[in-house]
Amino acid sequence: MIVPSLLLELAPVLVKIFGAFFVVLTLTAYLTLAERKFSAFIQDRIGPNRVGPFGLLQPLADGIKFIFKEDIIPTQAHKLYYILAPALLLVPALMGYAVIPFGDYVEVAGRLIPLQIADVDIGILYVLAIAGLSVYGLFMAGWASNNKYSLLGGLRSSAQMVSYELTLGLSIVGALLVYGTTNLRDIVVQQTAYWQVGSILIPKWGVFLQPLGFLLFLVSAFAESNRLPFDLPEAENELVGGYHTEYGSMKFAMFFMGEYTGMITMSALLTTFFFGGWHVPWLEAAGLSRNVAAILGVGAFCAKTGCFLFLYIWVRWTLPRFRYDQLMKLSWKGVFPLALANVFLTGVCLYLYSRLM
Amino acid sequence: MIGIKKPEQTLMQKIYLPEILRGLAITIRHMLRQKPVTCEYPEKPHVVPPNFRGLHRLIQRPGGRERCVACELCLTACPANCISMVAADPNDPNVEKYPLRYEIDVLRCIYCGFCEEACPCDAIELTPHYEMASSRREDFIFTKDRLLDNNRYVPEGERVSKVRTNETYLRI
Ligand code: SF4
Ligand code: SF4
Repeated sequence: MIVPSLLLELAPVLVKIFGAFFVVLTLTAYLTLAERKFSAFIQDRIGPNRVGPFGLLQPLADGIKFIFKEDIIPTQAHKLYYILAPALLLVPALMGYAVIPFGDYVEVAGRLIPLQIADVDIGILYVLAIAGLSVYGLFMAGWASNNKYSLLGGLRSSAQMVSYELTLGLSIVGALLVYGTTNLRDIVVQQTAYWQVGSILIPKWGVFLQPLGFLLFLVSAFAESNRLPFDLPEAENELVGGYHTEYGSMKFAMFFMGEYTGMITMSALLTTFFFGGWHVPWLEAAGLSRNVAAILGVGAFCAKTGCFLFLYIWVRWTLPRFRYDQLMKLSWKGVFPLALANVFLTGVCLYLYSRLM
Repeated sequence: MIGIKKPEQTLMQKIYLPEILRGLAITIRHMLRQKPVTCEYPEKPHVVPPNFRGLHRLIQRPGGRERCVACELCLTACPANCISMVAADPNDPNVEKYPLRYEIDVLRCIYCGFCEEACPCDAIELTPHYEMASSRREDFIFTKDRLLDNNRYVPEGERVSKVRTNETYLRI
């Protein structure tokens, strides 16, 4: 009876993979609508409302439009790289989800199933490594288009990505020192503990332990996912796109999906590192059964991620774009030293803490 | 060359965050409080002020005939030269002269309203009606009959007089 037991092993994993895939891609599509709606509300407009009730079918219409557009490959482009580039941007963005825990364990037919696709010990390193891959997509797109402006755009974006990757990694070192693990599930579990202040229980969320680290990570995450105020790679209105100037049709849509999926990954990471992942504060006291609590936890995770996604959109429609030199200055002279200082301070605090306790 | 000194940034501005929060507060206020300014035009018609200069009409006499006496003052005043007319004798003891043909080429009209200002007998008016799109060029040559017919866009009681009296102008 090897086949059934194998199936039994595989089924939950497959369900989780397809579920996560489905949710993330749908969310990506609807994020474009949310972006347009919220931008409209912020600018005292109504936003798309022609397709379906409140424009809810707009992403569908956009998708159909993208698919039916003519798919042009410039004659001078390097075909292989030109086609590969959008995939190289989208795939790493999607792969990040593999290790992000979106819920606690659920009990199905007597088996405990973790709500996470792969529970790996090097979770953070995996996420950072995968996020680092997306720069290849950007640069390849710029180079393969064989257009000097695209090439410059590609260079511009790679420089930004590389600079901010560094600060992205460095800003969570402090958090890693505190948690003492790179396993994302362990990190969340540690955040479910509480401090007792008088009779109030304060959840031990990362944001309270590492406020500076959180801020630096937030800034780097914005830059890493090419969002305003750091959307130099794109800069539609003054630099006319960049690496994806020569792209059209579904390939262009893939760049877009890559950007939005990257946003969701970063929001999920922010939630996991600094806002207790699926943890609902003070829920333990309610004494709910494991499954109900887990489902509530998934809801909490989605809600927290949604808040960060909203923050992304909100910031985009508030702030102007940084100039390129300001961008680099902020990275190398602002965020980088601060991240180093954060690591140092955290180390000192931890040492003193271990001495005193 | 004149060198312009950049204003010094205060410490608060240099660390960005307070200013960013201020900006975020402004945008969220707009999002939550401000009503959208969008006109949802085809669904909700745009309401124009009463002295809006839109579709022309020839004002009627009580009997239904036009008030115009073919003095050609509007034609002379029109900067776009889009009014043309042929005057004739109506064989009516009360009316000395009347326009046999009176045409406005509204594709050339710039809706300046000079025609109605020039008119000594308040015979022509630009109504607030503005939906006059068509896909045929002929539809934009307003003949006398059409100009008289345009009276259906003004309320029944105002067809024989100017809607916009001086008081309305003053009110606006
Ligand atoms: S509104 Fe101006 S342009 Fe139009 S017919 Fe009258 S005078 Fe001529
Ligand atoms: S100015 Fe008035 S009365 Fe004279 S021709 Fe024009 S519309 Fe008729």
